[in-house]
Amino acid sequence: MNATDLVDRAHLRTDIPDFAPGDTLKVHVRVVEGNRERVQVFQGVVIRIKGSGVRETFTVRKVSFSVGVERTFPVHSPIIAKVEVVTRGDVRRAKLYYLRDRVGKAAKVREKRV
Amino acid sequence: MAAVKGILGRKLGMTQVWDAENRVVPVTVIEAGPCRVVQLKTPERDGYSAVQIAFGTVKERRLSKPELGHLQKSGAAPSKHLAEIRVDDLSAYAVGTVISADVFATGERVDVTAVSKGKGFSGVMVRHNFKGQGASHGNHKKHRAPGSIGACATPARVFKGMRMAGQYGNVRTTTLNLEVVEGDAERGLLLVKGSVPGPNGGVVFIRNAAKGPAVAAPDFGARAAAAPDPVEPEATDDVVEATVGDAEGGAE
Repeated sequence: MNATDLVDRAHLRTDIPDFAPGDTLKVHVRVVEGNRERVQVFQGVVIRIKGSGVRETFTVRKVSFSVGVERTFPVHSPIIAKVEVVTRGDVRRAKLYYLRDRVGKAAKVREKRV
Repeated sequence: MAAVKGILGRKLGMTQVWDAENRVVPVTVIEAGPCRVVQLKTPERDGYSAVQIAFGTVKERRLSKPELGHLQKSGAAPSKHLAEIRVDDLSAYAVGTVISADVFATGERVDVTAVSKGKGFSGVMVRHNFKGQGASHGNHKKHRAPGSIGACATPARVFKGMRMAGQYGNVRTTTLNLEVVEGDAERGLLLVKGSVPGPNGGVVFIRNAAKGPAVAAPDFGARAAAAPDPVEPEATDDVVEATVGDAEGGAE
């Protein structure tokens, strides 16, 4: 056990489902506008999971109006209201950076057949 | 000078926490205290006023007889680490008073002093962030060299203080004005925003910030009253003030 685990434990979230690179997620993000708070959904493919413990982050990529948008979230961040796994992807690597160079149908991730 | 309170602790390492606005805050976790006041230094006897505190426990045989005797005088357990806090007003302290992590509240500013990590004999690029020299253009074996260190016949010497290669690190340094993000009195932990000198496991000294706003003297209340051998507090009514004007730059 690391000496700082005692501090980290209070910040770890247990309500985030398991997901892997290639999965399509709906990330419900809390957005504060002035003094109002609403939830925004960011849907896309997980292209990277990085780090561990309280510092773990994941990056979700989507193509919005033909512009690629990537957002990196800390897994245990309080701004995440909810994470929904839409589909499980069938991929062969941990980092899906190759998706950045692809457009259209080639940028699709095959769905995992159970 | 004009410290009001301080504590010895052990650096456990760095991690991150989220603040009220959901931003990530990098913090150093310090296991602070408990420290025991082992001696009060008074102007009459010692020429200055300070509180001496002891931290950590150690086997009795690891200490010399004078060290042990000094600690036994105050009834403290054998401890390896002693530190002095230069306090103007000793009335809040008595021999035997236990100082724990809760002397520092969330949001307070502190200075953290420790011995930095030793880097050995380092070149100028590491030690002073020099740029070094070019990789090519005919450079020969001078890629990490400092370049010129002075002129020629005038002044015919190298100025004192010229930055050169040498021992880097392993000196006592102080990081000023760090914010206390969280105090965990239950586990005796202090979370300080940012980094502090020294390796994980190293002993650090934390005091209220010399250049920060004035803070009130700590109130040890019941614990001070329960101290085994309370020394008569001095009859001074001075309010301790750690104003910016009073404060000198850092502990060193």
